[in-house]
Amino acid sequence: MILSVTGLNLFYGDAQALDEVSLEVAAGDIVAVVGSNGAGKSSLIRTIAGIEKPRSGQVVYKGVDIAGWPSHRICNLGIGQVAEGRQIFAGLTVHENLEVGAYLQRGRHKRAETMERVFEMFPILRKRADQLAGTLSGGEQQMLAISRCLLGQPELIMFDEPSLGLAPTIVQEVFGIIKHLNEDGMPIILVEQNVAISLRMANRAYVLENGRIVLTGSGDDLLRDDRVREAYLGL
Amino acid sequence: MDFWTLTNAVASGLLIGLVYGLSALGLSVIFGVIRIVNFAHGEIMVMGMFFALVMFRWLGMDPLLSVPLAAGLMFVFGYVLQRVVVSRVSHLPEHMQFLLLAALAIMIVSALLLIFGPDAQGVEVDYAWESFAFGELIIDYPKMFAAIAAVIVASLLLAFFKYTTTGKAIRACADNRMGAQVVGLNVDRLYALTFGIGAACLGAAGAIILLLFEVHPYLAPGYTLLAFVIVIIGGLGSLFGALVGGILIGVSEAIAAILFQPSMKTAFSFGLLILVLLLRPQGLLGKAAR
Repeated sequence: MILSVTGLNLFYGDAQALDEVSLEVAAGDIVAVVGSNGAGKSSLIRTIAGIEKPRSGQVVYKGVDIAGWPSHRICNLGIGQVAEGRQIFAGLTVHENLEVGAYLQRGRHKRAETMERVFEMFPILRKRADQLAGTLSGGEQQMLAISRCLLGQPELIMFDEPSLGLAPTIVQEVFGIIKHLNEDGMPIILVEQNVAISLRMANRAYVLENGRIVLTGSGDDLLRDDRVREAYLGL
Repeated sequence: MDFWTLTNAVASGLLIGLVYGLSALGLSVIFGVIRIVNFAHGEIMVMGMFFALVMFRWLGMDPLLSVPLAAGLMFVFGYVLQRVVVSRVSHLPEHMQFLLLAALAIMIVSALLLIFGPDAQGVEVDYAWESFAFGELIIDYPKMFAAIAAVIVASLLLAFFKYTTTGKAIRACADNRMGAQVVGLNVDRLYALTFGIGAACLGAAGAIILLLFEVHPYLAPGYTLLAFVIVIIGGLGSLFGALVGGILIGVSEAIAAILFQPSMKTAFSFGLLILVLLLRPQGLLGKAAR
């Protein structure tokens, strides 16, 4: 296992956001976490990333328990994140966004070659390199967010609602990119409201409800599960 | 009043205004990134002035040579202040942050009073009374050197934010704090660095302005207020705006002093402030609030 989360509990004040959550990611996996709004999907990602501090539980990444570590150290270990709402730096240029993505030690020494790589993946970003990131379209901003994450040299990427607010054709493209990254060997955690697509892509999936994992299995198993079909696919 | 009197006043105001602008930059940087209004602004600047005074008395050092030292010392002060004190209140409501920094301001003034006493003290450099003339335009050496030093420090600061990776990372924190956490920037450390840089501007501005004015502890609140006026006129959060605002205030004070009388100059700057707030509330170079 690259990442194994065990018994994670997170509180915002008195409200419990995560309740004994356990999850595993193996090499080459796409792990989907599905659930409705407010189920705790983003909280789970933010806790693994170190932005939220869990009250208890373990987050073991490559044999080291990183629960409660500060986010910059976790990032520097190679856990990258493409956050909900993209969270690009709107007032910085595209190029500057990418540079800041490689700010940590881990990304810094490979900055030039990775920048070239993402420009090849997304030629539009090269064209817009000196433009302010806030002037990009939603789809371009998502490509920038993914590229910025890649500049940090991640060995595991967590995607939080990558399809949110994007046009359907762009959504297809974004999922294509995620698939492609995975085929190149990148383990992925995918948090999505778009349950059908994410379950179809995932080789393992978890259903989160009110901060608890209520179902787990392969993506196909969950697609056939009556409860999932009823609650999330409307079938 | 004739043309040359006015020209001389404008030139002198412009040179002093550049130093004001550097000081206002210090306020703008800290507010723009950390969203903390530094109510101990003038006090930190006056600490820079006293530091340069001590270096002059002790080692005979020209205040301009003390600029890098004053900046370095105040950088450390600002860094530690943010790390140890201000970061603990950044989640609290604004009036509580205000009280903390206002209290710090009072402590600094009191400490300076204990050490240096309430009297005005200054330095006298060799070139204090030298000047050169273009026709009837007379420029004092101290004012000119002070303005050049201020421009150099301000340019270094702007270049730092534009060209260095750390400068870009700090701008990224200011632009989108959540985004900064997502890419793993150590926001707390970058905030401390920012407060340090803002305070370093003040240390530099203080050492520079000692060439022009005598220092006493009670100068500090006046400088705080002046920087607020400049930053609001120039546009909150705009670094270039702070410089422009500084020049405007410097020039308008100088003109007020010859048109009316020197004691009217503060009323004049506040008049300018009210005018800007009425006509362009976001400041001259500021962006309208979204």
